[in-house]
Amino acid sequence: MKLNSWGMYPKVDSMTHELSDDTKLKEYLESCDECISYGNGRSYGDSALSANIVHTKPHDFFLDFDDAKGLLHVQSGVLLSEILESYVPRGWFLMVTPGTKLITVGGSIASDVHGKNHHTEGCFSSCVLEFNMMLEDGSVKNVKSGTELFKATCGGMGLTGIILDAKIQLKKIHSQYIKQTTIKTKNLRETFRAFDKYKDEPYSVAWIDCLAKGDDIGKCLLMVGDFDTKGDLDYKPKSKLNIPFNFPSFALNNLSVKAFNWLYYAKAPNGESKQRVGIDSFFYPLDSIKNWNRIYGKGGFTQYQFILPLEVSYDGLQEILGLISASGKGSFLAVLKLYGKKNDNYLSFPIEGYSLALDFKIEKGLFELLDQLDEVVVRLGGRIYLTKDVRVSKDTFESGYEDIEKFRAYRKKQKMDTKFHSLQSKRVQI
Amino acid sequence: MSYVLIVGAKSDIAKEVARTYAKNGYNLYLAARNVTSLEDLAIDIRTRSGVEVHLKELDITEYEIHQDFYDSLEERPLGVVTVSGYMAEQKEAQVEWAKSLNTINVNYTGTVSFLNIVANDFEKERRGFIVGVSSVAGDRGRKANYIYGSAKAGFSAYLGGLRNRLYESGVQVLTVKPGFVNTAMTKELDLPEKLIAQPLEVAEDIFKAQQNGGNVLYTKWIWRYIMFIISHIPEFIFKKMSI
Repeated sequence: MKLNSWGMYPKVDSMTHELSDDTKLKEYLESCDECISYGNGRSYGDSALSANIVHTKPHDFFLDFDDAKGLLHVQSGVLLSEILESYVPRGWFLMVTPGTKLITVGGSIASDVHGKNHHTEGCFSSCVLEFNMMLEDGSVKNVKSGTELFKATCGGMGLTGIILDAKIQLKKIHSQYIKQTTIKTKNLRETFRAFDKYKDEPYSVAWIDCLAKGDDIGKCLLMVGDFDTKGDLDYKPKSKLNIPFNFPSFALNNLSVKAFNWLYYAKAPNGESKQRVGIDSFFYPLDSIKNWNRIYGKGGFTQYQFILPLEVSYDGLQEILGLISASGKGSFLAVLKLYGKKNDNYLSFPIEGYSLALDFKIEKGLFELLDQLDEVVVRLGGRIYLTKDVRVSKDTFESGYEDIEKFRAYRKKQKMDTKFHSLQSKRVQI
Repeated sequence: MSYVLIVGAKSDIAKEVARTYAKNGYNLYLAARNVTSLEDLAIDIRTRSGVEVHLKELDITEYEIHQDFYDSLEERPLGVVTVSGYMAEQKEAQVEWAKSLNTINVNYTGTVSFLNIVANDFEKERRGFIVGVSSVAGDRGRKANYIYGSAKAGFSAYLGGLRNRLYESGVQVLTVKPGFVNTAMTKELDLPEKLIAQPLEVAEDIFKAQQNGGNVLYTKWIWRYIMFIISHIPEFIFKKMSI
């Protein structure tokens, strides 16, 4: 079967093992030379692709919920959206959620995902108390927060074993509404000032216009907010708009992206404005369009996400935004965010500084542009997010992750490095 | 809140049907053979939705116990969904009578025996709904699976008649005809990807159609048109075809 991830590039022939029970998984691991776990296919590139995959999504039972503590025990294939459906009406929300709810709990751990509240709550691993995983030899290990295996597995891209189930902490909410402030800025300087001004707000993210030129570079809509204390919890996920087929490749040209960015930017009032919005539109705006990845055409797309250390973020972003703008290559969505302190996990992406994420249609000349951007990122001591990546070189990847040797050494010592491989892990030789 | 009884609760479709009804606030009876294997699902559903879930041992081919089974339910269900299905490999079923018979009994005879009892009760009470999961395979016999298909054809005809009979009593009967569904039953088959529904999609379609008072549901919807075409191919051509 042809398999791909969210970026629809690459598409590879792959055999699937559906994860059901431990005994069958153990037998499978004994019989298979090489595999990687695959959840809901929402990582963008090739981090969950391999000739053989363990499909974890069917492993989707809720196991227990402690109402007093907000502690949820679920199998690894449960989607974040399923947790929200069940627990928002009872007044609980995910402590950490990325910009899509259509990912599995196992995938959230393996990518150590983060969201709009990284600067206050950190990565997904900070709400994980413990999990069970199957190692290469078929043994099941209980992994507690703080242990070395925990640090290697959170952000470890599935390369330490197959996560079976996890206990995660939910947070109490009193309303399904978020009090949001939108700040429209005119350039990067104003954008940085706005991030700084609102750094105490629990949630923040900016949509940035990547095609702006000259003095306009870095103009954005910064959205900050927090849960309202009043309102109801009557949360019902919205019905979805669907993109039923791949758009022809000319649909997303420079002009249409410009028009989209302009519409989005233009509809916001100048300066600051206040809104009260629901969970889905605040946290998961793109989830309401099913199969939105199809707008990039059947050739697929990639998301380039990097982060720069705080002290060089401003100059670095000026430079990179300048390069992107000059290239004229469109990005439907560009997201800028100020991150908080890094955690102890070996391969978690976030460090303190600004991160930018941009989508690019796969086309001729793109990888050359991204190589150019890589040079700036490497020079400034930044790093690339593996979960989004499909093309980064070993050298670029390594230069950003100072704990990579610890990770490699640990995998080797624990004999975890023969079975679990993805196309990505082979490329960057993790 | 009212109970929904799901018969044949071990299937992949039943699992999602159960979750969907629970999500919408219904308590559940899950009936199947060796029902203890559903304990994890019961915990899952209670944890997700906070509803009551009771497991009930039931063999759909043991006709003589059906009445006692139904009478023993603590509370009469508001609705019954039968998902029982068995598809033997056609090539085996046509040479092994036991496999043919089991196909007929699970898909038709047993389900009819059980739904007769339910229908009599609902008709008397003048309320309730019956959802029977049949199959597009019942719309026309094909050499690839006509034993299974003929049992489902019988079941579809039964449900049609039942709907006609119970209309006056205000009891809804919904015939569900899934096409290809990504389940254990179809895992070994090489099927066109675009036509395959996920069990969750089927369950959501069933719930929506039942709540909206539907009669015959094809899921995915495109199967209504595919089967319309297949049903209208003249026999002198059809008999030469391999589809």
